[in-house]
Amino acid sequence: MSDMLKDPAILRELIMDHYKYPRNHELVDDDSYDSRHMASDSCIDDITVQTKIENGIIKDIRFDGVACTICTASTSIMSELLKGKSVDEAKEIMENYFNMMDEKPYDEELLEEAIAMMNVHRQANRIKCATIGWKAMKEMIDKE
Amino acid sequence: MLDVNKIKNDFPMFRRNQDLIYLDNSATTFKPDAVIETINHYYEEASVNIERGDYLLSHKVSNMSEDARLTLAKFINAKRQEEIVFTSGATDSLNMVAYGLIDRLQEDDVILLNYAEHASNILCWFDVAKKKNCRIDYIDLTLDGEMCLDKLKAKLDQYGSKVKIVSLAYVSNVLGFKQDISNIAAMVHEYQALLIVDGAQSVPHMETDVQNLDIDFLAFSGHKMCGPTGIGVLYGKYEILDSLKPLRYGGGANARFDIAGNVLLQTTPHKFEAGTPNIAGALGLAAAVRYLNSIGMKNIEEYEKELKRYMVDKLKKLSNIKIYNSETTSGILAFNADDVFAQDAGSYLNTKNICVRSGNHCAKILHNLIGTDQTCRASLYFYNTKEDIDAFVNACKDLNVENCIGIFF
Repeated sequence: MSDMLKDPAILRELIMDHYKYPRNHELVDDDSYDSRHMASDSCIDDITVQTKIENGIIKDIRFDGVACTICTASTSIMSELLKGKSVDEAKEIMENYFNMMDEKPYDEELLEEAIAMMNVHRQANRIKCATIGWKAMKEMIDKE
Repeated sequence: MLDVNKIKNDFPMFRRNQDLIYLDNSATTFKPDAVIETINHYYEEASVNIERGDYLLSHKVSNMSEDARLTLAKFINAKRQEEIVFTSGATDSLNMVAYGLIDRLQEDDVILLNYAEHASNILCWFDVAKKKNCRIDYIDLTLDGEMCLDKLKAKLDQYGSKVKIVSLAYVSNVLGFKQDISNIAAMVHEYQALLIVDGAQSVPHMETDVQNLDIDFLAFSGHKMCGPTGIGVLYGKYEILDSLKPLRYGGGANARFDIAGNVLLQTTPHKFEAGTPNIAGALGLAAAVRYLNSIGMKNIEEYEKELKRYMVDKLKKLSNIKIYNSETTSGILAFNADDVFAQDAGSYLNTKNICVRSGNHCAKILHNLIGTDQTCRASLYFYNTKEDIDAFVNACKDLNVENCIGIFF
């Protein structure tokens, strides 16, 4: 992993960029996509995540909704990171991401830009924001 | 004028968290020593059940519990203490009324609410309306979010005698509007409907006189007025309250029953309090009322009004802050910082030891009025100081997206 990705200034910039210009931030009206609406009372983020999985490969991930910086950026980063990966690869990346959230050992190489979320646990009430999009994706992948 | 620094010293939460700036009083409030000591006294020195105990201590605690009821009755100027039912809080109280009235409702009857109601004053009515095929309609609000009497009258005229229930918050929980309950009651009664008032955000902050206001039912929570959690009140005019169908049955609510199913219920209010009640809660709530009375509800209302004015005046000078309810006099302030999602703002303020709440307000009116679904809410109580507000306003100066992301590094 490039050491640049450990520089707080760069990680901060990365979150800002994904918040201001979220990737894959448009839903599609297409029956070949699975979809999850995520909203909870304990956090005010309200997003929908869509994915198209074909032959064990994640072909596409999209999301939209009203959400905070951490939710928007973490879901945007996820959509780029997991797109094109196999379901098995995605499962491994997700496990490492959730480990990072839980302050357990994780493989930072696998997480790439998602490493920007490494300190979210310092504001424990925001872990939900950083995981809500990922949980939506996990639910859909686990179904495969 | 209140001696707020002396008042703060009555609260262990402030003695132990000197730097805490607590502005989430619409959610819950801190408890003074007097309340905590009363609860402890019950558990340490009088921890027995009420009613039917053939020993002196039980008799004594039964009396304490009924004294608590009397204290609450006097606090809202109920005609008699039997009009006070202890519940678990305002939500429980509103559910008790909604389901307790269900047998009186018929198909096509109308229940009137407004767009700014809290979920606890909407969801129980949705369910009741669904069960009885009733219609729910909303009283229109003005562009400022206020409910004016003309709009109420329009709905009453539209539905006439079909309107059976009008249920409204005295003070709304997001924008803090205070409704003209006295005139609303007169109008609602002209149409023979019942007026139910959610007092969760009003009773803790001002004098309440249910007789003068002519309210049929009033619901409020103890923990929002320095009392313990898990206790609240349902007030009802005796005859109407007495005619409500109890939702729960069990010990304490019945006087006699037999195997054939004949039940003789206790009299009101006890028939609504099946099971061992929250005795410590009721005693604690009465202690909270005595504490509030020692400060004076008029003083509390005046002081909070002044504090709100002070907060609005200072915040208005900040170019990055948008206030949605600068004109409402209650101590509730709804705001956002430019380009900052409410929850990000809340987390940033948390790093400055400031407690506010960010909320997702599904109330349709709010979206229409203020163009956003999310706001931050700072809500005051009489123990807040101008120094609290200075610190809050200072922190708000730096509310921007960069700083909100910065808290994670």
